[in-house]
Amino acid sequence: MSKKVLVLGEVREGSLRNVSFEAIAAAKQIADGGEVVGVLLGDAVAGLTGPLFEYGADRVVTVEHPHLKQYTSDGYGQALLAVIEEEKPTGIVFGHTANGKDLSPKIASKLQAGLVSDVTSMEGTGDDVVFIRPIYSGKAFEKVKVKDGLVLASVRPNNIAPLEKVAGKSGDITSLTVDITNLRTIIKEVVRKSSEGVDLSEAKVVVAGGRGVKSEDGFEPLKELADLLGGAVGASRGACDAEYCDYSLQIGQTGKVVTPDLYIAAGISGAIQHLAGMSNSKVIVAINKDPEANIFKVADYGIVGDLFEVVPLLIEEFKALKVNA
Amino acid sequence: MNIFALIKRTFDTEEKIVVSGGKIQEDGAEFIINPYDEYAIEEAIQVRDAAGGKVTVVSIGGEDAEKQLRTALAMGADEAVLINTEDDLDELDQNAAAYILAEYLKDKDADLILSGNVAIDGGSGQVGPRVADLLGINYVTTITKLEIDGTSAKIVRDIEGDSEVIETSLPLLVTAQQGLNEPRYPSLPGIMKAKKKPLAELELEDLDIDEDDVEVKVETVDIFLPAQKAAGRILEGELSAQVKELVNLLHTEAKVV
Repeated sequence: MSKKVLVLGEVREGSLRNVSFEAIAAAKQIADGGEVVGVLLGDAVAGLTGPLFEYGADRVVTVEHPHLKQYTSDGYGQALLAVIEEEKPTGIVFGHTANGKDLSPKIASKLQAGLVSDVTSMEGTGDDVVFIRPIYSGKAFEKVKVKDGLVLASVRPNNIAPLEKVAGKSGDITSLTVDITNLRTIIKEVVRKSSEGVDLSEAKVVVAGGRGVKSEDGFEPLKELADLLGGAVGASRGACDAEYCDYSLQIGQTGKVVTPDLYIAAGISGAIQHLAGMSNSKVIVAINKDPEANIFKVADYGIVGDLFEVVPLLIEEFKALKVNA
Repeated sequence: MNIFALIKRTFDTEEKIVVSGGKIQEDGAEFIINPYDEYAIEEAIQVRDAAGGKVTVVSIGGEDAEKQLRTALAMGADEAVLINTEDDLDELDQNAAAYILAEYLKDKDADLILSGNVAIDGGSGQVGPRVADLLGINYVTTITKLEIDGTSAKIVRDIEGDSEVIETSLPLLVTAQQGLNEPRYPSLPGIMKAKKKPLAELELEDLDIDEDDVEVKVETVDIFLPAQKAAGRILEGELSAQVKELVNLLHTEAKVV
C-alpha cells in the first residue's frame, strides 16, 4: 500500500522552525516513496507553505482559524484530527518541541496508535523503519519499532538532517475549513524570556556557562563568543539557580536539550542532568579550572584553565580566523 | 477535592548503566521515585492541604514499587494503589500504561490528576496526556505553577524556557516540571504514619481488564550504550598556545567552525 505521512509544521515568530524540515526528512524515510504532506495550523499560515515544499513536502494542507492563533491541545487537536480524517495518513511526524510533546500523545491516544517520542536517528525505510531514541537520561539508546498500523513519531531538533533545499519548488496546497469549538484552556499571556536571536535548541554553536561564570556579568564574554560564532548562549542549572542568568537558558534534563555542531562548556562541572541535555553534541569543548571535572569525560577537547582567561583568547583567535578566511 | 498522583518507580540514572543482551541490567541498582513525579506528589499534598480532600498515589509496576508508594505516603499522601501487572503482562508501552491507568481512574471522579512531565528512564512523556484523553478531561503539560480556586485553575506552563499563563477548569490533569515546588523529604513521624496508611494492590482482573485489551503498540528491539567516545584531548602548554591549537583543531580537524 502506498504510504502517506503527515508532518506538522511548527511556526515560531512568523517563520517555520528548522525541526519542521528535519521532520520532513524523517517522514520521507517512513513514507518510502509515498507522499509527504506538510500540515500548517494557525490563524494566518497560508504564506508560510513555501519552505515546506522546498525542503521536500509533496503537498501542504493548511487550516486557518482565529482559535489557532496560539497553541492549545484542544484547538490544534481538533484541527489536526480533521486533517487526519480527510487525508487518512499512514504516519505522522511531529517535532519533539514543547507543543509537539504536548499534542502528539493526545493524537496517538485518539487514533489508538503507537508513538515513538524524541527520536534522534532512524534506520531502514517504510515498514522496516527502526527509530533510535535516548533513554535513561541519554546514557543509553533504544531501537523501537511500531508493531503495526499508524506510525507516529516526534523528532528531537537538530538531530535528523533536513533534505537539501530545492529553491522555488512548490506544489498543491489544500485549505481545509475546520470548526474549532470548546477550547477548555485559555492562554492569557505568553511571557517571552528567551533571548532574541538564534533559537537555543536549533543553534549550530552553543556557548554555555556554569557556576564558574560567577555572576551575571560573567556571561558577557560568553555572549560575545556566541555572537561571533553565530550561536546561542546556554547555561547549566547551577548558573540559573545562582541567578546568573534566566532559566530559559537552562540546558539539561529539565530545560533544553541541544545537539549543536559545537558545544563550548565554560565553567560547567558536568552533572548527569546537564549531560543529558548536551552529550549528543557533535563536538564538545570543555573549559574548566578543575582537571577532575566530569565535563572532561564527554569533551572532545579540553582546556584546564580559568574561563575568564580562556574565553577572551578564544574570541581573539576566532576573530583572527575569520579575518584570514 | 479528589486528587490523584500518578507515579513511577525508576532506575536512578545517576547510576552506571550496564547493558547486556539488549537489556539494562537492574541488579543492585538504586530505584527511586521518578524525580518529576516527586513534584507531582508535593503539589498534590499542597493542594489538598489548602482545599481539603484526599491524595491517592497510583503506580503501575511489580511488588518492588511498594517502596516508592510508601515513600509518597510518608511525604503525606493519604492512600496508595499499586496496579500490579507483574504476573499478567510481559511488556508495557505508553498506550498500555495509559489504558490501565484510565480504566482505574474512570469511575473515581477525580478532580485533579498530577504526574511528572516525563520519566527519566523511558523519557517519552506520553502517559499523562494519553490518560487525560482517555478520560475525556483537559490537560496541561510541564507546569511550573498551579493555583486552584474552586473549580477554576490558573497555571503557568513552561514552553522551552518561555512561559504561558493559562486559565482552565477542573477536572484536569497536569504534568509537573522542575520549579513547580520543592518536594519535601519524608519526616520520621511521616514514615511511621505511612506504615499504617492503606496501600491497595490491584491486578488487571480487579479492574475488569482482559490481558488482550492491553495493546502494546511499540516494541523495543534493542538497547545499546552510546559509542564510546575516544578519550578527549586535554590540551597542554601555554594557555595562549592551547587556545591557538584549539581553534586550529576546531577548524581543520573537527571542521565545525
